[in-house]
Amino acid sequence: MASASAFFAGQVRWHAAEVAFWLATLLPFVAAPSYLSLASQIAITALFALSLDLILGYGGLVSLGHAAYFGVGAYTAGLLSKHWLGEPLTGLAISALVAGVVGYLSSHVIVRFRHLALIMLTLGFGLLLFEAANSTSAITGGADGLQGVEISPLLGFKFDLYGRTAYAYSLAVLFLCFLACRRVIHSPLGLALRGIRENAQRMPAIGASSRAHLRKAYTIAAVMAGIAGALLTQTTSTVSLETLSFGRSADVLVILILGGAGRLYGGILGAILYMVARDQFSGVNPQYWYFWIGLLLVAVVMFLPNGVLGGASALYKKRQ
Amino acid sequence: MLSTRNVNKAFGSLVVANDVSLDIPRGARHALIGPNGAGKTTLINLITGMLAPDSGAILLGGEDLTPLASEARVRRGLARTFQVNALFPRLTALESVTLAVLERDGDASKWWRGLPAFRAAADEAHAILDSLAVPAQKETRELAYGQQRLLEIALALATRPRILLLDEPAAGVPKDESRELFRAIERLSSELTLLFIEHDMEVVFRFASIIHVMVGGRILVSGPPAEIGRDARVREVYLGRTQRAAA
Repeated sequence: MASASAFFAGQVRWHAAEVAFWLATLLPFVAAPSYLSLASQIAITALFALSLDLILGYGGLVSLGHAAYFGVGAYTAGLLSKHWLGEPLTGLAISALVAGVVGYLSSHVIVRFRHLALIMLTLGFGLLLFEAANSTSAITGGADGLQGVEISPLLGFKFDLYGRTAYAYSLAVLFLCFLACRRVIHSPLGLALRGIRENAQRMPAIGASSRAHLRKAYTIAAVMAGIAGALLTQTTSTVSLETLSFGRSADVLVILILGGAGRLYGGILGAILYMVARDQFSGVNPQYWYFWIGLLLVAVVMFLPNGVLGGASALYKKRQ
Repeated sequence: MLSTRNVNKAFGSLVVANDVSLDIPRGARHALIGPNGAGKTTLINLITGMLAPDSGAILLGGEDLTPLASEARVRRGLARTFQVNALFPRLTALESVTLAVLERDGDASKWWRGLPAFRAAADEAHAILDSLAVPAQKETRELAYGQQRLLEIALALATRPRILLLDEPAAGVPKDESRELFRAIERLSSELTLLFIEHDMEVVFRFASIIHVMVGGRILVSGPPAEIGRDARVREVYLGRTQRAAA
């Protein structure tokens, strides 16, 4: 029965386009050195979107409060460097762990709900954490943000003004997390998540405990969101309340929808599109640039309901 | 042996299961018939744990399943199919059945090993689909309706059930394809206990060893096909109606 194993092996195989894409992520170092800071922000946002894709695109859990884990990671990394140690890799690992613990604990409540109740629950949870950080200004710095974040050099490389180290660091972490995510997607858990997304009611009838699967995926997603938040802190040496804001949760949702949810690369492509568009539109019109983002979102949802990547994939299939 | 003991269920004033007691011995093939709204699917939902009874018990081999969730009952060997296709539209048939095999083996929550490492599960899924002639690598939504009905059965078989509850397996399938489908069911292991709901009386009388007739949430009468065919009450409430309808 070679065809059954060959089918799954084929899904896991790397495509030439993927290799080309990851090689192209190195281009900013030579082609656009003045945009390395933007490139680093894109890599961090892409990682955040990738983490949302795991639960939304694959598990079907809609969240309007995913910034909670991003913010927990960001504040953990900031507080660690301020009070204890500024070594970035250890800081990143601890931030990931803390975000994972918060994710695991909250997952017990979150996976019990679906649809509108779930959206409201995640929104509420995000708002709770935001206001908790706002009100404990003695620790978090409140609305002024956390001051005094100092990050040590990364393996001997200082975080330079041009953003070279920041981009190399963010890109490397994004790639490693992408590999982990790719493994999850092509694992039995990934298949079970797609099953839940496709028909959650059917899952118990094949003996599946969907909640246990979702809790696991939610925790992994929280870890990745926490890593993204910690990266932002470490590459910018600041933490603001905005890392926990509703705006950030909404943005990452928009990014994923733009790129195409449930496609692994959708969040990454969406982050590139969104961040470049924001950079360009805010240059043209600093006050009203969200207008253009809104227009972009409406156009994509109307004409490419599966996002840019979904549209491209449909076009590719048609041509074949 | 699968048994229900004095199972009752009501939605408000509507009684959907009224003191239902059934015994289905190992390897037996029982049919559940009755007019629409008699409570047949509800009974399957009660047996599989998709609904909780107000009172009574569901027993499997002497073990009380009543407090167990649906998925725990599946793991004890109780599988079902649905009257209306309840499949995974954008998974291929092979992915769907492999998932069911992985769930059965307790491997479905593993995330650190890729699917190609679970070769035995994929091969078993492929063999099940082959035995039912379902194209393995097509997405479920692209399968013909009759093939989707067979995929329902394949999913249930992948759980390696001791008891299979088939809720109108041939619903919506043209008559000639329906015969084909029942031939596939007939080929299933004789060890497998079957309880099926079906409206095609020819199929029911040919296939079942015992027929339970359900009306208004109650088991009106149970017995072998010949006995049921002669029962005046059955002719009146069920067969009589179909005969009148046919006339």
